[in-house]
Amino acid sequence: MGRQVDLTLLQKLAQINWFLILLISLIAGVGFAMLYSAANGSIDPWASRQMFRFAAGLGLMLLIALIDVRAWLRHAYLIYAAALLLLVAVEVMGVVGMGARRWVDLGLFQLQPSEVMKIALVLALARFYHGLPLEEVGRIRWLVMPAGLILIPVALVMRQPDLGTAILLLATATAIMLLAGVRLWKFAVALGAILLAIPLAWRFMLHGYQKDRVLTYLNPERDPLGAGYHIMQSKIALGSGGLFGKGFMQGTQSHLAFLPERQTDFIFTMLAEEFGLIGCLGLLSLYILIIAYGYAIAMRSRNQFGRLLAAGVISTFFLYVFINMAMVMGLIPVVGVPLPLVSYGGTSMMSLLIGFGLLLSVYVHRDVVISRRPSYSG
Amino acid sequence: MERDGSRYKAFSRRLALLGGGQLGLAGLLMARMYYLQVLESDQYKMLAEENRISMRLLAPPRGLVLDRFGQELASNRQNYRVVLIAEQTKGVAETLDRLSRIIPINSHQRSRVLREVKRKRPFVPIKVAENLTWEQFARVNVQLPDLPGVQPDVGEGRFYPSGFETAHIVGYVSSVSEADLTGDPLLELPGFRIGKNGIEKLYDETLRGKAGNSRVEVNAYGRVIRELARHDGQSGDNVVLTIDSGLQEKISRRLADESAAAVVMDIHQGEVLAMVSSPSYDPNAFNLGMSNKAWRSLVQHPRKPLINKAIAGQYPPGSTFKMIVALAAMEAGIAGPGHRVFCNGVVKLGRSKFHCWRHRYGGHGWVDMKQAIAQSCDLYFYDLARRIGVDRIGAMARRFGLGEAFGIELVGEKDGLVPSKDWKLAVTGEPWQLGETLITGIGQAYLLATPLQLAVMTARLANGGMAVRPRLSRRQGARNVPGEGARPAVGDGPGEDGAARQLDSAAQPIGVSAANLKVITEAMSDVVNGARGTARKYKLDKEMNAKMAGKTGTAQVRRITKAERSAGGKLSKETPWQERDHALFTAFAPVGAPRYAIAVVVEHGGSGTYAAKLTKDIMTEVLRDDPLGRSAVGMSAGGRGKERKI
Repeated sequence: MGRQVDLTLLQKLAQINWFLILLISLIAGVGFAMLYSAANGSIDPWASRQMFRFAAGLGLMLLIALIDVRAWLRHAYLIYAAALLLLVAVEVMGVVGMGARRWVDLGLFQLQPSEVMKIALVLALARFYHGLPLEEVGRIRWLVMPAGLILIPVALVMRQPDLGTAILLLATATAIMLLAGVRLWKFAVALGAILLAIPLAWRFMLHGYQKDRVLTYLNPERDPLGAGYHIMQSKIALGSGGLFGKGFMQGTQSHLAFLPERQTDFIFTMLAEEFGLIGCLGLLSLYILIIAYGYAIAMRSRNQFGRLLAAGVISTFFLYVFINMAMVMGLIPVVGVPLPLVSYGGTSMMSLLIGFGLLLSVYVHRDVVISRRPSYSG
Repeated sequence: MERDGSRYKAFSRRLALLGGGQLGLAGLLMARMYYLQVLESDQYKMLAEENRISMRLLAPPRGLVLDRFGQELASNRQNYRVVLIAEQTKGVAETLDRLSRIIPINSHQRSRVLREVKRKRPFVPIKVAENLTWEQFARVNVQLPDLPGVQPDVGEGRFYPSGFETAHIVGYVSSVSEADLTGDPLLELPGFRIGKNGIEKLYDETLRGKAGNSRVEVNAYGRVIRELARHDGQSGDNVVLTIDSGLQEKISRRLADESAAAVVMDIHQGEVLAMVSSPSYDPNAFNLGMSNKAWRSLVQHPRKPLINKAIAGQYPPGSTFKMIVALAAMEAGIAGPGHRVFCNGVVKLGRSKFHCWRHRYGGHGWVDMKQAIAQSCDLYFYDLARRIGVDRIGAMARRFGLGEAFGIELVGEKDGLVPSKDWKLAVTGEPWQLGETLITGIGQAYLLATPLQLAVMTARLANGGMAVRPRLSRRQGARNVPGEGARPAVGDGPGEDGAARQLDSAAQPIGVSAANLKVITEAMSDVVNGARGTARKYKLDKEMNAKMAGKTGTAQVRRITKAERSAGGKLSKETPWQERDHALFTAFAPVGAPRYAIAVVVEHGGSGTYAAKLTKDIMTEVLRDDPLGRSAVGMSAGGRGKERKI
């Protein structure tokens, strides 16, 4: 059994990986600096609120880290069910904002159920594969349930419409299934099916603006003042940053408003303009460090649930980083995915920190061994 | 636990795969960063600069048009405007309400502003009113604290201080039209004005100047953040005219509402001292924008105010042409001054009768050449014309400047017409008739001349037969900037005054004998000063100490019917205006040492004596004013030939 598994609160706090928290805070700090610059050298309106949210999220993260990982296993399906219910609620009575129905008003605050689902889906899949022996994983009948777990929320999110989150959910789920041991050829089949579905999706599921974004990605000069404007200006900002950048608060593209959404999805572009390639590589290194740390934590866990949960959370994090950076650099079409911990926005900050809370919980409880079919009483 | 071991192994393997793949993707991101930020960086840096830097053109001040004494004929006046910036107001409509209590804003202006507010970006200034008086402008300025978003603004507008009097010479500026675009970016500047007529048009490039520019940093919405660099343009060069605006004004007043033209010129240099066409129009109206109604009334006016009759009005010269016929006869050796003809009032040619204007009084009796000119005997010139033929008359007319435009610095100068046998055959297909030669002898038939041509003809007769050419501009290049000397001349205008004078002094002799010219000029003096001269009533007053010479002309507008001739042939008050004869008079003075030539044409003025009456008044003003005796712009004082002083 090795180490003792039931720790006191103080022991747990001592177990927390403070270096990871330092890395997270460093990236958030970069975010504050960029938001300060985005507001032309003012802490208001963005940096201050972002700091407040980060502080609150950090507290929540620690709280979650201290909760026993077995409790998360136990309530995984419940949380998933709640998230799914919220997604349905958004479909029925959500608030329309920016042309999409993504929010549900809970009186005190507005909640974005798709963000909750990012965590809930990881929990549910981790729990499912935790309970499944390796030899059973390959069976077709055991693919039905995860497929349902994945596709129902993906379909609901697509309807909002929120292509970015849908892709994120799908990719994270794929990563978890891959790590759980699903045969590689099955992914090949799924990929083939997706490729076949693309023309259909184009015809029936994608909205006009989404099609525009894809077409613009394929040819940014197609409409330099319309849909192609964002990506052209983003590339100009990035490229003009050069090796060392134009200096903090000296970005002409961002400060003269040529850069769209500079405080949210395109914040990386602003960093690239002001700090150049050096700054970009620095931030990317921080992200890679976190991801490597995350996977190390997953490897250290002595239970499959913890491993899959940690790896799932980190995969989501990686996807955020990759999709956002690839998007602003014109490698993939524009999808609404923020740069984690840096972009302005409360909801993604919260869901990311909750995810890191779970990761830390896995780390704190890494030596807990959980049987495939735990007795829920214990 | 053992089972978990196999899952752990599978997990590790797969995680290595996933991590490897993700590392590969991270590598792709880095490669892309390297590509954009290092390899393609220069191009994107340039694009970023293009994004942020915008060039704004600055219109240079337009050069002035000055008269010979430096009086401003076209100047730049401050244009007091009020503009409004929508985003700074508390409601555009409310602001306009407040503003309309201070300055007049009509409903038309109001709806235009509201329309533009909707169309333009909220930070773009929108013109509310312009050409305000100083008082109105000051009132707006005082009330500014209560008018957020309203900005007083001083622009520059063209102004013609002596509008009506010099409109036909100076011309006017107006908005640039599509056809005017030449590639000069200035012309595309909103609100830029270009010369559309007269000197303003002909010297447009001289007056225009060079555009300045301002490099400004703009944001994505086009709002100017700051100015990075500024390069002031070069203001346009001034153009100095030969005109004496004081004289111009007096002549304008004298012609009043007549449909008439008068040209005063220096017979030695060809400088046009006054050129009046009446009625006139206000060139300032073209600049400020004219209503359709006002424009139509100008175009449809029966006395054609828009036409410069001095250069574009073509009239039969009538009896003013007789000097040319007499000179042609003498030069051809066919008839000397002593050649006599008996005038009984009528001469027959085949079945046609040709009358003298005195036929009702039985003609002039015996007249020699001088008498024939002084008394304007038609029969005498029928006789001369028949002897020398139309082609020799035409040749002499051309040598004196008729039948061809001089290329004076104005738009719309006409050629006039000097007929010949070949010309008639080519144009009408019919041969020349002898009868036509006869009436060419008295300046009718196909002959046409502009008042300017008549003035030049008179000048060439009076200056001893030098082929002087008329001109309107003295000098360009004196810039309106203190401390800067005159720059070399541009275009075809004369340069330094001295050089210009030499150039003109070198005007070629026409090649007619001085003795013959003396006969003509003495006869012209007799017209005014002789006992039986046709203009004997219009001698200069005694206190002028100078005599005027001249020649009357009455040009028929239509053929006189037989019935009318037997009824007396005299014009009565009942004759409709447009059927009356044109009145002409050409003159030079002072007799003995002439310096000034004048041609006056009054459309439907009745008879040449009416034009002579006007000319007497004009010549009196000219001699009193004596523009050639005073030093003009760019001349050393008294530099002008003293020997020509009386």
